[in-house]
Amino acid sequence: MAVTDTDATERVEPEPVATEDPTLSPVVDHGGMHMHTPVPEVMHHNHRAPAPATIDHAERGPRGVKLAKISKTGDRVFRTMAITSGLVIVLLVLFVGIFLLALALPSLQADQDNFLTSRNWTVVGNELRFGIVGLLWTTVLTSLLAMAIAVPVSVGVALCLTQYLHKRASGPVSFVVDLLAAVPSIIFGLWGLIVLGPFLAPAAEWLISKLGWIPLFSRNVDPKGSVFVASVVLAIMMLPIVTAISRDVFAQTPRDQIEAALALGATRWEVIRTAVLPYGRSGVISASMLGLGRALGETIAVMIILTTPPAGSPFTPSIFAGGETFASKIANNASEFDSPSKTGAFIAAGLVLFLVTFAVNAMARVIADRGGAKS
Amino acid sequence: MAKRIDVKSLDIYYGGFHAVEDVSMTVEPRTVTAFIGPSGCGKSTLLRTLNRMHEVIPGAHVKGSVQLDGTELYGQSVDPVAVRRVVGMVFQRPNPFPSMSIFDNAASGLRLNGVKNKGVLADAVERSLTAANLWNEVKDRLGKAGMGLSGGQQQRLCIARAIAVEPQVLLMDEPCSALDPISTLAIEDLIGELKEKYTVVIVTHNMQQAARVSDQTAFFNLAAQGKPGRLIEIGPTEKIFSNPDEKATEDYITGRFG
Amino acid sequence: MSATTNDAQLTLRRPGGVRTVKNALATVYVTVVTVLAIVPLAWVLYTVITKGIRLILSSDWWLQSQRGITPRREGGGAYHAIVGTVEMALICAAIAVPLGILGAILLIEYAKGTKVARGVSFMVDVLSGIPSIVAALFIYALFITIFGFGRSAIAVSCALVLLMLPVVLRSTEEMLKLVPQELREASYALGVPKWKTIVRVVIPTAFSGITTGVMLGVARVMGETAPLLILVSYAVGINFSPTSDTMGALPTMINSGRDQAPQLPGYERVWAAALTLIIIVMLLNLLARLIARASKLKEK
Repeated sequence: MAVTDTDATERVEPEPVATEDPTLSPVVDHGGMHMHTPVPEVMHHNHRAPAPATIDHAERGPRGVKLAKISKTGDRVFRTMAITSGLVIVLLVLFVGIFLLALALPSLQADQDNFLTSRNWTVVGNELRFGIVGLLWTTVLTSLLAMAIAVPVSVGVALCLTQYLHKRASGPVSFVVDLLAAVPSIIFGLWGLIVLGPFLAPAAEWLISKLGWIPLFSRNVDPKGSVFVASVVLAIMMLPIVTAISRDVFAQTPRDQIEAALALGATRWEVIRTAVLPYGRSGVISASMLGLGRALGETIAVMIILTTPPAGSPFTPSIFAGGETFASKIANNASEFDSPSKTGAFIAAGLVLFLVTFAVNAMARVIADRGGAKS
Repeated sequence: MAKRIDVKSLDIYYGGFHAVEDVSMTVEPRTVTAFIGPSGCGKSTLLRTLNRMHEVIPGAHVKGSVQLDGTELYGQSVDPVAVRRVVGMVFQRPNPFPSMSIFDNAASGLRLNGVKNKGVLADAVERSLTAANLWNEVKDRLGKAGMGLSGGQQQRLCIARAIAVEPQVLLMDEPCSALDPISTLAIEDLIGELKEKYTVVIVTHNMQQAARVSDQTAFFNLAAQGKPGRLIEIGPTEKIFSNPDEKATEDYITGRFG
Repeated sequence: MSATTNDAQLTLRRPGGVRTVKNALATVYVTVVTVLAIVPLAWVLYTVITKGIRLILSSDWWLQSQRGITPRREGGGAYHAIVGTVEMALICAAIAVPLGILGAILLIEYAKGTKVARGVSFMVDVLSGIPSIVAALFIYALFITIFGFGRSAIAVSCALVLLMLPVVLRSTEEMLKLVPQELREASYALGVPKWKTIVRVVIPTAFSGITTGVMLGVARVMGETAPLLILVSYAVGINFSPTSDTMGALPTMINSGRDQAPQLPGYERVWAAALTLIIIVMLLNLLARLIARASKLKEK
């Protein structure tokens, strides 16, 4: 890509070459300082024909430089592609909200029960009576219980990885915990129902026998298909996310805060209590909420494990009862979306789920940003 | 091949911030001009306007003129990309492309601008690596990763990459500041050879280096904190370093500030 | 622990009593909990492997479908399900990967720091929080209720795009951020236009990281069941056509058989399908991590 001087043959005077001019002192070689002989002060050349002030095509002066015409198409096309994909993404999200709302509205308007307070779910025929209270209860119960189990465990694991274990050991352990996130949820559901459920049955029995007088722990369905088991499985599924973020946050505890605590003669636990945990508090809360968001939206594992109570059964707050979450109810009825009004009812439930998870995730981000610890 | 540069009344702005004020200077072909001055005085900024690299930062613009042998680089329809094909640049930290081998790095300027002929590329690579004093060290491992070289070698590879496209002018922004003294000396020798073919402008914070390698030196400074940088004095290197006209220049040279 | 009675001497003892106990308790808790955290993965893998290994070791498993097989009969394989899972994931990737990479390019190369970038980034965050069932419902609403198409494998792939897109976009974004600005400047200084710089310099430099993100995204969508339940019917025979309304897939193969009694042959097939799915997903994950690790070493 050599840009040639097309006027090379028309040079008026030869360019002074410093080293060959006998009137200038020679270049001193290595050893001492390189002092090149100075080029004489240059006066303005007299251009034979000064380049006009504005030239628009192939800019060139009399002995000027040819500046190539650059095609703008490549840049334009590519930029458009990038902007288009950004647009697609934004529209996609907006459409999700809009479409769900549009299709849910007719059913919501035809709903003869109060959507927010009813426990019924009759969606066949012309009489629509559906409400989300039952779904809300089960969803919140399973998710909160899962959080209650997962967060203390995750924080403990994150502390272990960052404060207790050697770098060499923390790598593999981290890896194993992260790998938990790769297991598809259907497999967790299958395993939870067939393996974990029976395993936890004795523990469940014990709890019922001791605490069964509290409504929360009263006997209900076969413990295998209960909120209790589902929550444990959800907790296992939440573990990788909460652990990974907490781990990142704890690892960023400023060195000097830790050292300040150590210098006061603190034990390892005291260092954690005074330096690591306070610094990481907002990060852990944010992580927990992100995990909560995951649990709220988890569909298949819950669908497989939770026993669906027959329609019209009475409300029970027990964690040993079955139930349906927003997600599992939709999944359980997936093959029955035959009429628009029926589908609309389920879409309404999906919409609520969308809004709830969005709110939880947004809160998590706000807390993380406010807290300052970068994850 | 090498051209002269004429800067006329150049003002440089980053958005609303006036970074460099009213610079006028001439750089003769096949010479080395050094820009010296304390940090933040605008020497790198000015250097970047010579190949319109400052425009990578949104909002950067200039008033005034920069001409390459009479051709206005800031003309109405001039595309900065075209300017950069005739004015090459070497950066402070060696930055060979990590995804490419030594050969591919040296050839990258040509390849990315459309040259496909293998023979032409091979010739250009050998020529530029030889001119950069790197050929003998790497000729047996052209296919190896560019990142595997030492710092000094990487910088020479970057110089080869820049001259492979045969620019009119070569700009060097503190090319040795990230290198050890031995590599630095090697590059300074190289600059002495490069000026036989190219016009070189080099920014350096090392005064002795400026004195060693350059024919003409330009001293920049800030009028005051927050004010734009200005060209204080420009002249033959020997004069600048032995009896400069301006007191500020003399203070800087003798180490009274900066 | 040294005991001393002389006050003039320095006492270098462990902090006494309660503090030591608390510290010890903390250490015990942390250790127990970490072991507890490793158990589930091991347990799940153990269960799936022991219950499913016998079938997957036979070549029939990988070559035959379930056509003509009832839960009471032995035989058949998972070929239809494997093909279906892979096919739907690949169609999804064909859409999600270019969109995700271009979106990341927009955020980092063209609009960095601008309001546009913040808006798009926010939307990506929202997208990543959408549960798979909601994504499936949206596609149902769009394709089937509004457009009137029937169920199809393509619909599933489209729902999966909503799930894979944020993964690919975010990981590409992180990789692009890691490419030093100086590399871009070196390319600009050679007179290379911006788009070519992105395509020929920036992306190749970030390539292994982008690949890792894509593989993790694919691994994730292969395991998604909700879209399969809502948007396509499970086929027991081999069906490659993405527009037909039935298609086999591993998650639905598992789901369709999960209620069976343990004595039936169909029961074991469920676990074998689960094992197949885990193998594929784990392989992708491990491969992705290996690539990530290898490229980190290369830069050192």
